[in-house]
Amino acid sequence: MSTEPAASGQTVAQGQPVASARPAAVSVAGVGKVFASRKGTDVTALEAVDLTIAPGEFVSLIGPSGCGKSTLLRLIADLDTPTSGSIEVFGKTARQARIDQAYGIAFQQAGLLPWRTVRANIELPLELHKVGKADRAARSSELLALVGLSDFADKYPDQLSGGMQQRVAIARSLAESPGLLLMDEPFGALDEMTRERMQTELVRICAETGAAVVFVTHSIPEAVFLSNRVVVMSPRPGRIRDIIAVDLGRAEGRDEGLREADGFFEAVVAVRESLHGESAGAPAARGVDIR
Amino acid sequence: MTRTGSPLGRRVLLGVLGVVVLAAVWELYKALGPATGVMIGDLTVLPRTSDLAMPHVWDMVARLFRPVRSAGDDEMMWQAVLEASFFSLGVAAVGWLVGVGVGMLLAILMQRFRTAESALLPWIVLSQTVPLIAIAPLVKRWGSQIEIGEFSWENWMSVALIASYLAFFPVSIGALRGLESPDVNHVELMRTYSVGWWATLIRLRLPASVPYLLPALRLAAANAVIGTVVAEVSIGLRGGIGRMIVEYAAAAGGDPAKPWAPIFGAVVVGLLAAGVVALIGLALTRYRRGETPA
Ligand SMILES: Nc1ncnc2c1ncn2[C@@H]1O[C@H](COP(=O)(O)OP(=O)(O)OP(=O)(O)O)[C@@H](O)[C@H]1O
Ligand SMILES: [Mg+2]
Repeated sequence: MSTEPAASGQTVAQGQPVASARPAAVSVAGVGKVFASRKGTDVTALEAVDLTIAPGEFVSLIGPSGCGKSTLLRLIADLDTPTSGSIEVFGKTARQARIDQAYGIAFQQAGLLPWRTVRANIELPLELHKVGKADRAARSSELLALVGLSDFADKYPDQLSGGMQQRVAIARSLAESPGLLLMDEPFGALDEMTRERMQTELVRICAETGAAVVFVTHSIPEAVFLSNRVVVMSPRPGRIRDIIAVDLGRAEGRDEGLREADGFFEAVVAVRESLHGESAGAPAARGVDIR
Repeated sequence: MTRTGSPLGRRVLLGVLGVVVLAAVWELYKALGPATGVMIGDLTVLPRTSDLAMPHVWDMVARLFRPVRSAGDDEMMWQAVLEASFFSLGVAAVGWLVGVGVGMLLAILMQRFRTAESALLPWIVLSQTVPLIAIAPLVKRWGSQIEIGEFSWENWMSVALIASYLAFFPVSIGALRGLESPDVNHVELMRTYSVGWWATLIRLRLPASVPYLLPALRLAAANAVIGTVVAEVSIGLRGGIGRMIVEYAAAAGGDPAKPWAPIFGAVVVGLLAAGVVALIGLALTRYRRGETPA
């Protein structure tokens, strides 16, 4: 099922990036994941998941708590291995992609190293991969400007607000200009205002870097605002229920005004209905914001 | 309560105040306490207040500025005590360094290999239940059999070895806790950077272990000093504060303030050792951000 709300108030309507001969950013084929437990009660976290994400495409994963969003993200990041099926990132195995630093990652907690300054935190992956000092400094200055924290380069994480820490984490995930960004509820701990500002910034950053994004969230408006496609998942076992294309115009054109546009609301409604799924009328799926 | 945050001057002032209060309590009890001491049944819980058992504070201090043997023209007591203190401090420092090195190595080994942890940890804990008095003669005997070319084992090395034996324990336990302290989040981040165990150790585990390591280093320093003083006595090493305490105690009858001089020396050694560790802590301030005072 796919809904295509009309873009309104936007200049150019162009949803997905042009498909090219390049391999898909992420290609998930028939993936299942079973967590074995000692008591013999195995948990099937994912079952028969198929998903292809084009280079430069922004895809959100949404679904009730425990439906396997984080698990899917961790499989793509090769932090865990699938029980069945295969995952390719830019045509390579997930493992090879991790070794080649094909992706950058940001978690719900910023996860900055408290003994490093903001700048040193951003430079961490570069330092680990033996990038020269001058190049590191140039790159981190660039990224600091990108996330608007140039004045805080020499501060330590504990001197920053939660939102600022999250921006540092995003800058760090962009340090090596990855073609793919993996984000697991990066704005989950932020207040609504900061969250909306961060979303706008993320859209701008993605447009500037041209990276594909897999973005896990609990918020329907967030998913709709950010994404080219929203993947709705259902729990027990975790499966993809629907993939909803959101056609809200070019990334560069997205701004706060978009949140009031008709197309935005239509997409929100479509995602919400899909989330409720067959069990319409039942109480809202736990863990999902329906605002 | 004043905690780590207070400025240096204030902490020094508090330290001095503590010494003054201690001296005042000493003199107060000496003046007011019963001459026979306080007994519960046959047990003496507070000492007798005679000049023999509890010399006046000023007598003890004044004794430092008289020659070692009251009659002779020896060097001043404080000089002799200071020399012995530095000798013991040197031995304790060697013991501390060896202990810290061994403790860190063991901790890293245990962090790296789960099996090493389950194989080593019980022995490390058990090692500390062996009384010092029991191992001192053994160490001395084994040491005396070591002679490799120019190198021959000396008594002070036995003392340092025993000091290190006491010092390595808190370091190995503290460092292990510290090395295992990073969040899963951080460890997985390093994995996404596909760096190996070594880089993770240097960039993540070691820096993260600092807040756990510093108290361990302090404990190790205290243990090394105590180990040195006690081992000097049991091994019979001359020149240090331990031997001095025993020798002077014999003179207590005619010169009750004399045995207290090397005890002050031992306190000085302890303070210097603690000071060095505090300096190390100062140098590592960056790694202690967000540290909650234990
Ligand atoms: N390491 C693990 N061992 C065992 N079971 C696990 C493990 N990780 C996840 N699971 C199980 O897999 C299922 C999916 O977990 P996952 O964390 O992917 O959910 P999620 O969609 O990210 O949920 P949330 O929205 O709450 O973050 C859950 O039922 C969980 O209990
Ligand atoms: Mg999750």
